[in-house]
Amino acid sequence: MFKKKQAAAAATLENVLNQPVVQGRSPWRDARIRFMRNKAAVVSLVILVLITLACVFGPMLLPHTYDSTDWDAISLAPTLQNWHWFGTDDLGRDLLVRTLIGGRISLMVGALATIAAVIIGVIWGATAGFMGGKIDNLMMRMVDMMYAVPYLLIAILMVTLLGREFYLVVLTITILSWMDMSRVVRGQTLSIRSKEYIEAAHAIGVSTPTIIRRHIVPNLLGIVVIYTTVTVPGVILTESVLSFLGLGVQEPMTSWGVLIGDGTKTMESQPWMMLFPAALLSLTLYCTNYIGDGLRDALDPKDR
Amino acid sequence: MWSYTLRRVLVTIPTVWAVTTVCYLLLHITPGGPFDGERKVSAAVLANLQAKYHLDMPLWQQYLYYMKSLLQGDLGASFRYADWSVNELVAHALPVSLTIGGSSLIISLVLGVVLGIVAALRQNSPIDYLVMLISNMGSAFPSFIIGPVLVLVFSILLKWLPSGGWDDFAVSYMVLPVALLTFINVSTIGRVMRGSLIEIMNSNFIRTARAKGLPMRTIVFRHALKPALMPVVTLLAPLAISSITSAVVTESIFSLPGLGKLIVNGAANRDYTLVLGLVVLVTFMTVLFNLLVDLAYALLDPKIRY
Repeated sequence: MFKKKQAAAAATLENVLNQPVVQGRSPWRDARIRFMRNKAAVVSLVILVLITLACVFGPMLLPHTYDSTDWDAISLAPTLQNWHWFGTDDLGRDLLVRTLIGGRISLMVGALATIAAVIIGVIWGATAGFMGGKIDNLMMRMVDMMYAVPYLLIAILMVTLLGREFYLVVLTITILSWMDMSRVVRGQTLSIRSKEYIEAAHAIGVSTPTIIRRHIVPNLLGIVVIYTTVTVPGVILTESVLSFLGLGVQEPMTSWGVLIGDGTKTMESQPWMMLFPAALLSLTLYCTNYIGDGLRDALDPKDR
Repeated sequence: MWSYTLRRVLVTIPTVWAVTTVCYLLLHITPGGPFDGERKVSAAVLANLQAKYHLDMPLWQQYLYYMKSLLQGDLGASFRYADWSVNELVAHALPVSLTIGGSSLIISLVLGVVLGIVAALRQNSPIDYLVMLISNMGSAFPSFIIGPVLVLVFSILLKWLPSGGWDDFAVSYMVLPVALLTFINVSTIGRVMRGSLIEIMNSNFIRTARAKGLPMRTIVFRHALKPALMPVVTLLAPLAISSITSAVVTESIFSLPGLGKLIVNGAANRDYTLVLGLVVLVTFMTVLFNLLVDLAYALLDPKIRY
């Protein structure tokens, strides 16, 4: 009798184990499927990856360097000969290589300053949200104060004072771009903290670090990803504005903003100098905007 | 309402103070003085210069001195333009920036709201596509690309307007800068107005008004417009502020003698007092705009009561 029951149980177990495994769909997989359905966002992502790859590897493959002068080709219009596809500037430097090198700087500033701003913003916002009370109040008043600051003027002031090294430009932009993220993360943390499932986890005795790891961080992640993509174009734009005004990285190093600024000065006779970097910068901004929209639609839990 | 106003005003004071102090300390802690230029000056001249700008006093005395004159509305003397005080420089530059920024803000408010209303009421019409196109372009093409393109088309190719410069408030010199700022502002105002009116038109009280058989004109102007304008009011403060800060870019594209040009020149010349003075001034204006818009919002929105 007992043996029979055991055998039946074993058979059931075997049956269950032999069933094809049903894959649970995680929220992240759902989000990926939704993102992939968004044509504009996918195309933007592909273009952005292509631009990035061209900026990273292009200069290594091309025969010119960003600071070498070609005396036979000064202020050359775009041509297919000798790889001067984007033409040359008035010092005979190849603009294709300079545009790609400039893109390296612009994208790198964008990436580094965004990462730094996201880290600061998340830590600041999460701390304020968790602590609550007076500490929260104080930390958020400081954010309010930062908002009242005319950021472009402060950026100009800081770049004037500290210098125009690459890492100082990144630092300056970081300091002025983390506040949005901290506000959003604080709000989200506050709302998650008061949810019933957190209370339930507390009630069944789950430890605080586990609650943070299992429940709070995953729920914060979506909004952090969305606001990161929103931060990127703003950061790239700030760097370009500083460079355009002649307050970014210095010659012979270059960035898209520097190239556009130089190009506007000779726009009448050599419009191509401005055209290509401007087109690449606009394309990058357009793509990051679309990717941001796509991610927001994919990750917004309200949409489900 | 009065206690709210008072509280808001009191909050602004520490903000302006903190920004001023941090910038002041930044200026004085970082190495490299304003007189470390290429041209070496003799020790005696340097001492005189330092005495003139109170650089020979200990830092805390200098700071107190600066704050005291700031309270009296004096932004100090310029390091570079030896005979000019920062106040005089600002007095020359501010009217230029205010004229450009103010007129473009007014034009873009009217244009943006009208375009937004038409786009919202006639979705998928040519005007709707125009609004979406402008707002898409505004987010992808920064002002320092649109500006030079305007110059290329209207002053170099068509030769209709001067490519830059300033001639004592002559209108022809103002058209391109105002057009550039207006384009950028309309891209935001139009999109927000369109979105908020579409949302309002789908709400229950508008359905009731329609069910009563009110004519479309009455529904839009009497019922829908006021709540739909609220998001635009919130936009006013950031737009007014960005009119000042984007003046930095516009004024260097069109070489206008305004605040933006002044601060870029000041930064390039390491003219500390000038840059600090301008940052303090613009921060003050920013805080003031935010305050005014918050108060206006509290007055306009019946849901908010303090």
